[in-house]
Amino acid sequence: MKRQELLVAALRNGTVIDHIPSDKLFHVVNLLGLEKMTTPVTIGYNLHSGKMGSKGIIKIADKFFTDDELNQLAVISPNVSLCEIRDYEVVVKKEVVLSDDIVGIIRCPNPRCITNNEPMTTRFHVTDRSSGTVRCHYCNHEESLDNITLR
Amino acid sequence: MDKCNRSLISLADYSADKLMYLIQMAQRFEQCPNRRILEGKVLATLFFEPSTRTRLSFETAANRLGARVIGFADPKVTSGTKGESLKDTIKMVSNYADIIVMRHYLEGAAKYASEVTDIPIINAGDGANQHPSQTMLDLYTIYQSQGTLENLDIHLVGDLKYGRTVHSLLAAMRHFNPTFHFIAPDELRMPDEYLRYCDRHSIRYVEHKEFNESTIAQADILYMTRVQKERFSDLMEYERVKDLYLLKLDMLGKARPNMKILHPLPRVNEIEYSIDDTPYAYYFQQAKNGLYAREALICDALGITLNEL
Repeated sequence: MKRQELLVAALRNGTVIDHIPSDKLFHVVNLLGLEKMTTPVTIGYNLHSGKMGSKGIIKIADKFFTDDELNQLAVISPNVSLCEIRDYEVVVKKEVVLSDDIVGIIRCPNPRCITNNEPMTTRFHVTDRSSGTVRCHYCNHEESLDNITLR
Repeated sequence: MDKCNRSLISLADYSADKLMYLIQMAQRFEQCPNRRILEGKVLATLFFEPSTRTRLSFETAANRLGARVIGFADPKVTSGTKGESLKDTIKMVSNYADIIVMRHYLEGAAKYASEVTDIPIINAGDGANQHPSQTMLDLYTIYQSQGTLENLDIHLVGDLKYGRTVHSLLAAMRHFNPTFHFIAPDELRMPDEYLRYCDRHSIRYVEHKEFNESTIAQADILYMTRVQKERFSDLMEYERVKDLYLLKLDMLGKARPNMKILHPLPRVNEIEYSIDDTPYAYYFQQAKNGLYAREALICDALGITLNEL
């Protein structure tokens, strides 16, 4: 076993989220509500990656997410890889899919948007998948996913 | 169709058939503006941002249709100043009225309002976003003055960056094979997202910085807007361009005989007063058409069809 792999403990049952851009790692933690988890969570930050230079990895023991929960990750990190582990074996590999509507995740960058002034849920429509452009359902402001901030 | 879906938030997604249908309705109201078909109905005008012209036009439309009008014109008198949410205000008024016409300074406010109530909402302007009743009256005016909406040369002049009326007009005219000419200083040129919109919808356009007799010679519609000082970050630039986009009588020498000048009003000095007496001036008729267009929009939102008029 390579020395680097020893940095993160093996998982018996649970979910591994890999290839998270380092600067997005804590967004993923917040988005999945990992701070409320009671099972062990291992978070690797600024790990070396041949492809990405630097990456993050999260291992969550005894937790399996729904597709809807995982697809939220596509908003901030479309290229993450996901594995479900059972008895130390990878049983399912998944890719995150950007859904047509993004509800309650993104903050509208337009300060004059109603969503920034009322206690309400934000909603965005994906208008261009190739460039990752979304449009606010309410004020019609368009923004690239590269520039968005989370609620 | 349920009432919720009858709200008018934007004309951008309306089909050509629907727009022509609304134009036909407005024509009926032009022939006879006083029709008491909303007897017993209550229309609420909620103006969270003052707008005398739009409010009077909607209230006149409601009165001529026989509806009663409640509401406020001054946001200072509302519970919003006590911290009430928009949702609560809308839900409260929904208990009293059959339809709400609202103007709000925040973008997306009307859309949100339409999602929290079962009665129809008509957007009378939400910040810099949409103002569909203005667009409807513009369309009606273009149709009335040209006899068609098809294949027209439409010249938009002045503030094309912030002017929501010109942005909405692009979207509404896309069905009718227009050619747009965008005439504006660099600081106020048509934003790239709207140029991309034109590209996506195969709308022809030409950009101009010069505004003179030759630029407007091919226009069927000359849509003037005001260049506002507060829009400029560089006041030197404002001083340089402020008088370049004023329409003067001597610029109309080569104008097409059918050409009409529109302006959403109020004007300051962008159209010389001597033009008012020429056959090209159409902006006061345009303002008058606001009544017929709004009568049509109110009726449509309440589910009243053309056949019932």
